[in-house]
Amino acid sequence: MAGKPKLYYFDGRGKMESIRWLLSAAGVEFEEQFLTTREQYEKLLHDGSLLFQQVPMVEMDGMKMVQTRAILSYIAAKYNLYGKDVKERALIDMYVGGTDDLMSFIIKFPFLPAEDKEKELAHIIQKATGRYFPAYEKVLKDHGQDFLVGNCLSWADVHLLEAILMVEEKKSDVLSAFPRLQAFKANISSIPAIKKFLEPGSQRKPVPDDKYVETVRKVLRM
Amino acid sequence: MSGKPKLIYFNGRGRMEPIRWLLAAAGVEFEETFLDTREQYLKLIKDGSLMFHQLPLVEIDGMKMVQTRAILSYIAGKYNLYGKDLKERAFIDMYVEGITDLTNMIMMFPFSPPEAKEKNLALIMERATHRYFPVFEKALKQHGQDFLVGNKLSWADVQLIEAILAVEEKFPAVLSGFPQLQAFKTRMSNMPVIKKFLQPSSPRKPPPDDHYVATVLKVLTE
Repeated sequence: MAGKPKLYYFDGRGKMESIRWLLSAAGVEFEEQFLTTREQYEKLLHDGSLLFQQVPMVEMDGMKMVQTRAILSYIAAKYNLYGKDVKERALIDMYVGGTDDLMSFIIKFPFLPAEDKEKELAHIIQKATGRYFPAYEKVLKDHGQDFLVGNCLSWADVHLLEAILMVEEKKSDVLSAFPRLQAFKANISSIPAIKKFLEPGSQRKPVPDDKYVETVRKVLRM
Repeated sequence: MSGKPKLIYFNGRGRMEPIRWLLAAAGVEFEETFLDTREQYLKLIKDGSLMFHQLPLVEIDGMKMVQTRAILSYIAGKYNLYGKDLKERAFIDMYVEGITDLTNMIMMFPFSPPEAKEKNLALIMERATHRYFPVFEKALKQHGQDFLVGNKLSWADVQLIEAILAVEEKFPAVLSGFPQLQAFKTRMSNMPVIKKFLQPSSPRKPPPDDHYVATVLKVLTE
C-alpha cells in the first residue's frame, strides 16, 4: 500500500519518539495525527483501530500497527537496519533491549510525583553510567568499529544515540568517562538523515513539559 | 557450536518461563543452572556473562544472550516459529507484545506489597477479559484457523497458551466467555511437544511461592 506511514500519538516524545527516530534514520517521511482530546482517543477505540486500546499506533503498509517494539522491528527489517543475519539480529535485539530499559525510566519520569523526581533522577544517572553506558562502551572498544553491529548502521545505533541524548539532557557531562560513546555520538549524529532529524524544524519532539503530561493524563484518564 | 542451550536463572518461572515454553514447543532440549546465592550472581557479573547485569541468561549457539525478548526472537526465528514473511512476523510481534504485557502483570504479582495484591489481582482479571483475550478470540473467530497467524504454529500461539494457563491458575473460569480460546487451549494442550511440557517432571516450573520470592530478593538485592 502506497503512502507515508501515519503516526497516531500525543504531540510529544513518549513511546512514539523511538519510532520517529528510526523512520527518520531510514529516510522515510511520515505524517502525524496528534491526540489532544479524550474524544479523539475514544473514536480510535470505537473504530477498532487500537488492538489493545493503546497508543502508539502507526498505519503503514495496510496495517494498523500497535506495540512499540513490533513497530520498530518491522521498520528495522523493512529498511535494512536489522543486520545481515540471525546472529546480527540477535545482537541488535539485545542492545535495543538495554537502551529500551534505560529510556523507559526517562519516559516515566515526567509522570512521577514531584517529591520522587530527585531520587529517580539520581537512579537514572546511576543506571546509565554504571550499567548501560559501560556495556556499549565495551562493545565499541572490543571490535573498534564505528557501529554497534556488523560494521553497518542498524536500529541499535539509532536507539543508542537517542538514549545518549536523552540522558545528556538530564546531565550534560554524563559521557565524560566514555570516550568511545563520545566518538559514537559524533559519528552517528553526522549521518545526513540523522543530522537532519536533529535540526530544528524536524519532527523530533522537545523534552516533555507539564502541558504534555497534562494532555496525556486527560486523554488516557490516568 | 553444538550442545543444548543452557538456561541460567532462578528455580522458578519469572522471565525465563516463556523461554522454557518456546524451546519445549520447538522440541529443543535444554539444560538449566539455578541461582540460589548472591555469590553465584556476582560471579556471573564479574565473568562478564551478563551484559546488563540481569537475568535471564541463555547460552545458545556460542552466544551469551540476555534480554528475554531478544532470546525469544532468536529461538522463534531459528525454529521456524516466526511466520513466513515480514507481515506475519509483524502480527506475531504485536500479539506477543500484548500477551507479554499481561504475563508481566502476573509475573510481578508475587513481588507486589500485600496491600496492593487484591487490586493487582483484579486488574489482571480485568485486563485479561477486557483487553487481551477478546483480541485473540476475535482473531481466531475471523479466520477460523487453528493458529493465530498464518495457519501454522508460531511463537504467538505458544505465548498465548502459556498466558491462558497462568491466568486460569488465578481465575479458573476466566475462559467462560471465550469459546474460541477454550478450543484453542484444548488443541494446543494436545500437541505432542506441549502435552509433554505440561506433564509433571517436565522443565515447566510451578507457580511462584514465598520461597521463590525470597530467593530472587536475596540474590538480586545488595
